[in-house]
Amino acid sequence: MPMITIENVSKWYNPTFQVLKNCTTSVDKGEVVVVCGPSGSGKSTLIKTVNALEPVQEGTIMVDGLNVTTMKKDLPKLRSRVGMVFQHFELFPHLKIVDNLMLGQTIVLGRSEDAARAKAMAMLERVGLTAHAQKFPGQLSGGQQQRVAIARALVMDPICMLFDEPTSALDPEMINEVLDVMVALAKEGMTMMVVTHEMGFAKKVANRVIFMDAGEIVEDAQKDDFFGSPRSERAQQFLSKILAH
Amino acid sequence: MFADFDFNVIWRSLPYLFREGMTFTLTLTAIATVGGLILGTLVALMRLSSNVALSTFAASYVNLMRSLPLVLVIFLFYFLMPYIGQWILRADAPVQVGAYTSTIVTFTLFEAAYFSEIMRAGIQSIPRGQVMAGYAIGLNYREVTRHVVLPQAFRNMLPVIFTQTIVLFQDTSLVYVLSITDFLGAASKVAQRDGRLTEMYLFAAVVYFAICFTASFFVKRLQKRISIIR
Repeated sequence: MPMITIENVSKWYNPTFQVLKNCTTSVDKGEVVVVCGPSGSGKSTLIKTVNALEPVQEGTIMVDGLNVTTMKKDLPKLRSRVGMVFQHFELFPHLKIVDNLMLGQTIVLGRSEDAARAKAMAMLERVGLTAHAQKFPGQLSGGQQQRVAIARALVMDPICMLFDEPTSALDPEMINEVLDVMVALAKEGMTMMVVTHEMGFAKKVANRVIFMDAGEIVEDAQKDDFFGSPRSERAQQFLSKILAH
Repeated sequence: MFADFDFNVIWRSLPYLFREGMTFTLTLTAIATVGGLILGTLVALMRLSSNVALSTFAASYVNLMRSLPLVLVIFLFYFLMPYIGQWILRADAPVQVGAYTSTIVTFTLFEAAYFSEIMRAGIQSIPRGQVMAGYAIGLNYREVTRHVVLPQAFRNMLPVIFTQTIVLFQDTSLVYVLSITDFLGAASKVAQRDGRLTEMYLFAAVVYFAICFTASFFVKRLQKRISIIR
């Protein structure tokens, strides 16, 4: 049974604008799936439906066997098991880095302060930022903030991780430090769904690539098939544009 | 120029002015600020909720309180509170509410409407991504509001909250309409009793100014300590 299942999902923002058109795909345990496509294709919206941050009007989404679309009361508990990393980091600016990492652990998982702090420092070690534990997010660079954001998701011991354009808001020289963390995560066997334009990352660690355009999943292929011989014309055009440089 | 002025009247009446008058002024300001902020935050959250009954009630409450002059609300509550108390407690007769209690309730409810609009602006200024990040780690609505939204909203609105508190501090002087003696009322009484109006009113002005000036210094320090580093 796949870790994440998206079945016939459609979403309208208003009667005239359909942002997701009958999308169907899945992500197996340990798989790394990259979602790419032009702006406005619905890829960010699609990934946000997986942990119900965006509601859907039609279709079913399952995570680890649980129906996300019909869940109400247990949704927070499920969300704590699905890690999410946002394009604009979204660290809590009024809390120190270590407190950012402890908040979810103490409130949602009920861990003791000491256990939460130990885990927080361990994750900061993993992303290489222990020296910044007592600082505030505003004192860190974008790349550092995004690494903290990844750590914030990891401290919850997630079963899978969702990344919504994690490097799109970063200066070029900071992109690699974040991608390195993500590559290491993938190599450890984390189930990942990543919306990104970074095709180098996709070529390195992705198992599958999904191409979206205008709300539809146009192509959903194994990595080598997608980059080697994409079937649809839209995917070919897209690849030729972004692989140019 | 100041030869005819007798400033001794000030020193003679200092105990009365501060023990009776200023105590009331500061007590009323403190209770109305804290109570008004807490209640105002609640009303702001009600106004922003998706529950139509709650949001309509909150909006009506705020609009009503902000339409009426404070001095009128003081009178209205003073005369209506016994009947409201009777209705709430289901008593046989109108509940006796003294002027003191009446003004405390009035000021708290009045300020709550203004603080509610301030906090509503603060809450709405928090980017939606922050709320989403809170939900994404598994916090529910109450937890996101308490740990992510309100701490940031409060820090962002602190200057405006302080301004409103200063206005409240000055508005407490309106209690004279119910014959309650606040600091300005005490100064007036001494002025009229001793025939030293200029001296007493000058002194009152100096005291109000000194308190506001000192308060703004402490608020600036507080702001530096808790403001969000960007």
